[in-house]
Amino acid sequence: MTGNPVALALIALLLPAASFLVIGVLPPLRRSGKPAAWFSIACMVASLAAAVAAWIAWHQPGAEPIRAVSEWLPSVHGPFATVGVLVDSTSTTMLLLVTLVASLVQIYSTCYLSDEPNPALGRYYALQSLFAFSMMGVVLAPNLLQLFVCWELVGVCSCLLIGYWYTKPEAARAALKAFWTTKAGDVGLLIGIVLLQRATGTFDLVELRHLAEANQIPLAGLSLITFCIYMGAAGKSAQFPLHVWLPDAMEGPTPVSALIHAATMVTAGVYLLTRTEWLFALTPNVLAIVAWNGAFTALLAAVLACVQTDIKRVLAYSTVSQLGYMMAAIGAGFAGAGFLHLLTHGIFKALLFLGAGAVIHAVGSNDVADMGGLARKMPQTAIVFLVGTLSLAGIPLFAGFASKEEVLGSVWAGGFHVPFVMLLFAAFLTAFYMFRVVFLAFFAAPTSAVVTPAQAGDSHDTAHHGHGVGSRAHAHDAPFLMTGPLWVLAIMAMAIGVTFLVRPPHAEFEAPAWLTPAAVLVALSGIALAWLTYQRRTISAETLAGVFAPIRRAALAKFWLDDFYLFLYRSVLLVFSRAIGWIDRYLVDGLLNVVSAWTLDGGDRLRRIQTGKVQDYVWAVGLGLLALMAWIGVAW
Amino acid sequence: MGLQAYLTLAALVFCIGLFGTVTRRNTVGILLGVELMLNAVNINLVAFSRFRGSDIGMVFTLFAICITVAEVALGLAIVILLFRTRRSATADQIDWLKG
Repeated sequence: MTGNPVALALIALLLPAASFLVIGVLPPLRRSGKPAAWFSIACMVASLAAAVAAWIAWHQPGAEPIRAVSEWLPSVHGPFATVGVLVDSTSTTMLLLVTLVASLVQIYSTCYLSDEPNPALGRYYALQSLFAFSMMGVVLAPNLLQLFVCWELVGVCSCLLIGYWYTKPEAARAALKAFWTTKAGDVGLLIGIVLLQRATGTFDLVELRHLAEANQIPLAGLSLITFCIYMGAAGKSAQFPLHVWLPDAMEGPTPVSALIHAATMVTAGVYLLTRTEWLFALTPNVLAIVAWNGAFTALLAAVLACVQTDIKRVLAYSTVSQLGYMMAAIGAGFAGAGFLHLLTHGIFKALLFLGAGAVIHAVGSNDVADMGGLARKMPQTAIVFLVGTLSLAGIPLFAGFASKEEVLGSVWAGGFHVPFVMLLFAAFLTAFYMFRVVFLAFFAAPTSAVVTPAQAGDSHDTAHHGHGVGSRAHAHDAPFLMTGPLWVLAIMAMAIGVTFLVRPPHAEFEAPAWLTPAAVLVALSGIALAWLTYQRRTISAETLAGVFAPIRRAALAKFWLDDFYLFLYRSVLLVFSRAIGWIDRYLVDGLLNVVSAWTLDGGDRLRRIQTGKVQDYVWAVGLGLLALMAWIGVAW
Repeated sequence: MGLQAYLTLAALVFCIGLFGTVTRRNTVGILLGVELMLNAVNINLVAFSRFRGSDIGMVFTLFAICITVAEVALGLAIVILLFRTRRSATADQIDWLKG
C-alpha cells in the first residue's frame, strides 16, 4: 500500500511553510513562545511522516524520477520557468535527512532555549519553519531557477538564525559575514544558471539531463558555466577560500549549528553538485578543481581544528573538513560516494553538535579547558558523543566508516593520488582532534579552575540562556527532551554503521584491498596519539605544540585568511568606494548643481520683463505682429 | 469707390484703436480702443464680402457684433469691480501680475 509520492512530497514541503505563515501572521501566537514552538514541531513531525511515506512510495521496483511542475513565468515558446517538485531517489532520501534532523533539532530546542523570552522563541520557531521549507525547496527543486530562489532563502534563514542573539555584536557580525561570504559564491551560481539557460534554453534538470545524455549541450564555454555553479556550491558548502564564514557562524544557538551548519544547509552545495553531476562530467577540468580544492579544504580545516579550544569551533572546522571529503569524491567523478557521506555526516554531525550543546548547557562554557571528567556526571551525553566521534573518525561499526572509505576509495579510483594522500592525512587529524575533545571534555582530569559565573558570562551562548551557568561541579545530563533526540541520532548512526558492515553500499568503482586496513589504521593511530597526549599525558601537549610551532602559529591565525580579506576590504574595496564616492559627490553632483544654478539665474533675469501691466503686453503683441509682418515681407 | 478705400479706412480705424488701447490711462478708454479695432475688422469683412459677392462675410460680421456686445458687458463689469476694490480705474496701477 503506497500513496502518491508527489503529493506526499508536496505535503512534506508545504507543512513547514504553513507553520511559518501561521506563526508569522498571528502575533499573539508568535509572542506566546511555547505554543508556537509546539505548533511548529507538530508541523515538522507531520512533515517527517510525509517524507517517510514519500520515500516508501517512490522506492518501488522500477520507479522513474517523477517531475510535477506548473507554469510560473509564461513565454511564447512554452513556460520560461516552472515551479514544482522533482521526486527521485536522491531527493526523497535527502528529504528524509532534512525532515528528520529538523524535527529532532526543533524538539531539542524547546529545552535548550527554554530560558529565552517568549517573543524571541516564537521568532526562532518561525525561522526554523521557514528554513525547513526552503531547504526542502532546494532538495525538491525540478529546475535551477526554483533551486536558486530556495537557495537564497536558506541563506537568509541562516543569516537570521546566526544572528538570533542580534544584540551581541559578535553574533551580528558573524551573521553578516556568513551572508556576504556565501553571497560572493551565489553571484557565481546565478551567472552560471543564466549562462546555462542561454546555452541550452532551459532551466529544467530533467530536460538538461536528457540534453547532456544526448550530447546536445554545447561544450564551448561549458567549463565557465560549471565553474560558476561550483562557486555557488563552494560558498554554501564552505570550500576554501570561502570557508571563513562557517566557524564564525557558531555564534548562533547550538541547535541552529546542528541543523543548518552541519547537517543540511552547508551540504546544499554538495547536493547541487550531486544533482548536476552529469553536467560536471562533461567538464573534467572543473571536476579536477573540485577534487583538489575539496582535498585541500579537508586538510586545511583539519589542521585548523587541531588548535581550537572552543568545542563548537572544533566541530565547525570538522564540518568544513568533511565537506571537503564530499567535494573530493564528487570531483573524482563519483557523486554517489559524496552523497552517501553527506547523509551519514548529516546524522553524526547533528549528533555531535547536539551533544556539544548538552555539554555547553550543563557547563556554561564553550571552552574544552572548562570541561573535563564529564563522563561520570553526564554518562548519557558522553556515550552519544563518543558514538558520534567514532563515526566521524571512521571506525567500523559506526556510520562514518563505510562512507568515508567510499570517499577515499573513489578519490583513489578517480586517479587523484595526491588528494588521496591529503585526505588520508586529514583522516588521521580528524581522529586526533575529535578524540582530543573527547578526552579533554569527558575523561581527563579538569585542566582549569572551576568556572566562575563571570567567566561563564564571557562564553559564547550560555551568557544568554543563563540556565547552564553552573559549573563542571553540578553538571548533569540534560532532560529527556534533549537526550531523546541525541539517542535517536546515536542509534541511527550505529544502525547505519552495522547495516553497512553487513551489506556494504554498492560501489561504482574498484577500491584497492589495502584501503580498509589503511583507513582504520590511520584513524586508530590518530586516536592513540590523542590518548597518549591528553589522557595518559605521556606525550606532553606543550612538546607537541613546540614541534609544530610554525604550523600551530599559522593555524591559530587561521592562516591569515581573515586578515587577508580584511586587508582586501580596507585597502582595496574601501579605497575604491571612496574614489567613486568623490566622483559622485563632486563631478556628477557638481555638473548638476552648475546647470541648476544657471537655470535659476536665467529665470531671475527673465522675470523682470513681466511687468504685470496690460498695456505693456499690448505693446509687445503689436511690435511682435509688426516684426512678423516685416519678416514675411522680407522673406517674399 | 473701390475695395482699396474701404481697406484704407479699416486700417486707419484699427491704428486709431491700437493707439488708444496702448496709450489711454483710463481702463474705459482702453475698452473703447478695443471696440474700434474690432469694428475695423468688421469693415474689412463687410468690404470683402461685398466685393467678392459672397454672403459669408456678412454672417461673420453679425457674429462679431454679438460677441463684441458680450465682451463690452464683461469688460465693463471687470472695470467696475476693479474700481470698487482699488478705488481707481487707472491701468498703470493694475500690476498684480508683476513678475
